[in-house]
Amino acid sequence: MPPDFSAQSKQRIERVLSRYPNKQAALLPVLHIAQDEFGHLPDPVIELVARTVDVSPAHVYGVVTFYTMFHRSKHGRNELMVCTNISCMLRGGYEILHHIEQKLGIKAGQTTPDGAFTVVEEECLAACANAPMMICGQDYFLDLTPQKVDTILEDLRRRWREQQKMAPGSSTLHGVGPLPAPKAKA
Amino acid sequence: MASADATNLKIVTKNFGVVDSHKLSVYTQRGGMQAFRKALTMAPAALVDEVKKSNLRGRGGAGFPTGMKWSFIPKEAKTVYLVINADESEPGTCKDRELMAYDPHMMLEGMLIASYALGCKHAYIYIRGEMMREATIVDGAIDESYAAGFLGKDHVTAAGSFKLDVTLHRGAGAYICGEETGLLNSLEGKRGWPRLKPPFPAVKGLFNAPTVVNNVETIMNLPDIVTKGGEWFAGVGMGKSGGTRIVCVSGHVVKPGVYELPMGISSRALIYDVCGGIPNGRALKGLIPGGSSMPPLDASELDVPIEFDALMTDTRIKDVEVKPGVAFDLGGGRKLKTMAGSGGVVVFDDTTDVVALCARIMEFYAHESCGQCTPCREGSGWLARVCRRLANGEGEPGDVELLANVANGIGGNTICALGDAAAWPMLGFITKFRADFEAKLAHAKTRRVAESAAAASNVGRMRVVP
Repeated sequence: MPPDFSAQSKQRIERVLSRYPNKQAALLPVLHIAQDEFGHLPDPVIELVARTVDVSPAHVYGVVTFYTMFHRSKHGRNELMVCTNISCMLRGGYEILHHIEQKLGIKAGQTTPDGAFTVVEEECLAACANAPMMICGQDYFLDLTPQKVDTILEDLRRRWREQQKMAPGSSTLHGVGPLPAPKAKA
Repeated sequence: MASADATNLKIVTKNFGVVDSHKLSVYTQRGGMQAFRKALTMAPAALVDEVKKSNLRGRGGAGFPTGMKWSFIPKEAKTVYLVINADESEPGTCKDRELMAYDPHMMLEGMLIASYALGCKHAYIYIRGEMMREATIVDGAIDESYAAGFLGKDHVTAAGSFKLDVTLHRGAGAYICGEETGLLNSLEGKRGWPRLKPPFPAVKGLFNAPTVVNNVETIMNLPDIVTKGGEWFAGVGMGKSGGTRIVCVSGHVVKPGVYELPMGISSRALIYDVCGGIPNGRALKGLIPGGSSMPPLDASELDVPIEFDALMTDTRIKDVEVKPGVAFDLGGGRKLKTMAGSGGVVVFDDTTDVVALCARIMEFYAHESCGQCTPCREGSGWLARVCRRLANGEGEPGDVELLANVANGIGGNTICALGDAAAWPMLGFITKFRADFEAKLAHAKTRRVAESAAAASNVGRMRVVP
């Protein structure tokens, strides 16, 4: 059965569509809503989005693959976006990235087997005065040191385990059940 | 340099440090929204004149006079859009994110004023996708503003009724969407491919309507321009650049941070007086004055004011060269020096591997090139690969000339400025730090000689084996 949006997502989409003079302009916000709900954007979801905003699936595919925040494959529950651009690089951004890679046993761009973490090497995340830094969801982790990173990873993993307990039987990867979506409505 | 009493003047960061500064109640308590009320008693054309008089210049990178940009909107236009560029992604720049987090209502007030002046009924904020926290804050501020009747409600004005809707639009991770026409395409639900200009957005922009795209910091200067007047704003600036300037200092300084400072402070005063100098007793090697797209300055160029015109023309700054003795020509007899850009100042000390730093910048542009124009798509990749092999000590003779040649082939030959943004710093780094590049080459040569000697001796030993 082709996927469909939940009632909650449909409500968000309706609100988004009312903010633009044509449906196509709502493509990015609708893709964000779709990714919040389905975790990533496989072909059936792309087709669903295309129907929703009245454009061809090929157009949606082109847009999805143009932007780095839209994923075609499953990502971990905690996406660690680690900046290694110049301001962070000068203050040890690569050391932080390598420390995380070593701690989690994965390379940048990969997801841990349990689905708890995906590590992404990011371009400048606009917190240069607090370099080195990373973002996870809505949380900024600033002025990082390897010791700080250890604590952060432990905290995130504990929180993730608690969420797992609250939703028994759910996939280790997000994609099942609603996520605490970003509040953005458009 | 601005007058001494202006040293502590805060315009856009005046509410920083106030508890709950992101809330409308706090903002209005501190005098917020008075400027909007005053603006409504003025004629829209008078507001545009006031902004022209203020010498306000775009804070996103190019430093274009805001009043002039506004005046390009055709008078007879029925639908006009205002779009706020909050897609801050220039490496080394972190001001708009903080401005939105701490004072979203000043941005909304600026938008209300600008929209009234321009005849815009629906304004969009294009916020960078990665800034989820800021999106939540701005979204909350928009809700508050609707509830309080500033947005979505008719206001009585000197020019009839005025009503504004504001929509927050999240990007999804593409540096190129900070380029204004790439941003407009992204806002229309397309790939963020920059458009060929002309037509400029002021004539044919969002949804084919006349559109003004302004940076967050730019728009946040408007309330004070309305309250205190354009002449006052121009007076606290320097030359043809009105107001204060936010600089984001990062890298090797004791106190990195986002500072609102008098327009025209020198790099030296910024680094040593404001930011506490270089840590660990080291010496300064150089700095990037306005985000990674701008050619760097070396230690002998610290006394030039960080101001739009000074950084482009001051004779104390060396010309960026295509090859030794030949300056990069910007056309119209202008030679490339550097630019104030987005205010992202990145400082590096004498322990820095400048070639590796440059390689990282080139890798950024290679990653972010949208792929429309061949010189940029292919050239940025060449710059990244050749610069990286040099940095790794694997450079080939002629690599420095190759880099300069490729960069020269990109600059000025692409639809948007991303090509220049890769080419200029490349040429700038070679011009200012050529010795570092040559040293990497010499190192590569020594290594290669040693390796081939080792290989030759291995060959000899192989022959001994029966």
